[in-house]
Amino acid sequence: MMTTVFDSVWLSDFDVCSAKHLIEVSGLSSEEFDVLVEIGVIVPISDNDQTKAFQLHHVVTANTARKLRDDFELDLHGMALAMTLMRRIDELQEELNAARA
Amino acid sequence: MKYKDYYQTLGIERTATIDDIKKAYRKLAHKYHPDVSKDPKGEEKFKEIAEAYATLKNAEKRQEYDDLGKRPAGENFAPPPEWQQHYGASGSTFDDVDISDLLNAFRSGGYADGSNRRQARHPVAGDDYTVTVPVALEKIYCGGETDVSLELPEYDENGLPHRVQRTFRVTIPKGATDGQRLRLPGKGGPGFNGGEFGDLYVALKIEAHPIFRVSGRDLFFDLLLTPSEAVLGAAVEIPTLGGKLEIKIKPGTSSGQRLRLAKRGLPSPHGDAGNLYAVIQIMVPKQVTEPERKLYEQLAAISDFKAREHVTEEPK
Repeated sequence: MMTTVFDSVWLSDFDVCSAKHLIEVSGLSSEEFDVLVEIGVIVPISDNDQTKAFQLHHVVTANTARKLRDDFELDLHGMALAMTLMRRIDELQEELNAARA
Repeated sequence: MKYKDYYQTLGIERTATIDDIKKAYRKLAHKYHPDVSKDPKGEEKFKEIAEAYATLKNAEKRQEYDDLGKRPAGENFAPPPEWQQHYGASGSTFDDVDISDLLNAFRSGGYADGSNRRQARHPVAGDDYTVTVPVALEKIYCGGETDVSLELPEYDENGLPHRVQRTFRVTIPKGATDGQRLRLPGKGGPGFNGGEFGDLYVALKIEAHPIFRVSGRDLFFDLLLTPSEAVLGAAVEIPTLGGKLEIKIKPGTSSGQRLRLAKRGLPSPHGDAGNLYAVIQIMVPKQVTEPERKLYEQLAAISDFKAREHVTEEPK
């Protein structure tokens, strides 16, 4: 079996990308993306910039939103609510992991 | 080609209405969706559920599927001659063909959204795929390469989708953490009508370690001490991911205390690192020799140490 050595992009919290990139990669609409930014699920690095930059790990956040939208057939508000709750669960899970460690 | 019983997957009768199908799918999706389920097999189960739903919710695809007849799940079967002719593959066993890929590609085809990508006139991007890769903690600490294998659909010159095993060697960046993802642009499913390939996402899952527990970039491990080491203090050798270290235990150390070793945890890409915490656990022997027992009895007689004073004292 052939193994292909491939350069991957690390979706880390120190590389940045544009809103356009997040929308293109995830398949969200601009309106859906703007709502996620508005409710604080996706946070720009700086609010002052004309063209906002985002940490690259938000590719995962945007993809999750799109998957939840598609898989549960959610409307915009349903998706926003699901993502808000997902973020809260992630925070609680982190606290739980730290307490268990 | 192996038969998949989509009705059985969704737990419904073959006569189910579209509402029954939606209801069954939603119930199972809530239970097994990888973003909301804690079931370790949830991701695999959800793929089967989503595949069944994508076929059965589309009337044309459901009809094509039903025309295959009812068979036991997992049974090998050859598709009808009409299908074989369509792909110029008469007599082929379709061994490396997945029934869902074929239904997506065949005739009226169509995807979960009801579109027919192969018949669409505009370019349609291929599907994204996500694969979870277990990674040893040592590899996360040092960085290194790992092989990622998965089956992806690939269309032959007749448009017949074959499942092909692909292996990609990717570099795990030093400083990655649990759950982080790598994106391999253009390594997902093939696009249609000149559309781009989808992407492949590799989700890193740190394997359970026999010694260390992970919380973010911090590492924790239980440092076992004898009663005398805890009372008198000691120099003990401890494990770290970078090698063994000797640390001093202060006299009077108790169970549950945490000793912090700064920057001995997982590295961050910025150059700093998390901490390593040694969680003290005092162990006692289950059996003691007669001389040991006498010494413990002497110690008990002369010691005025009260371990439970805080719960036995009368409130003032």
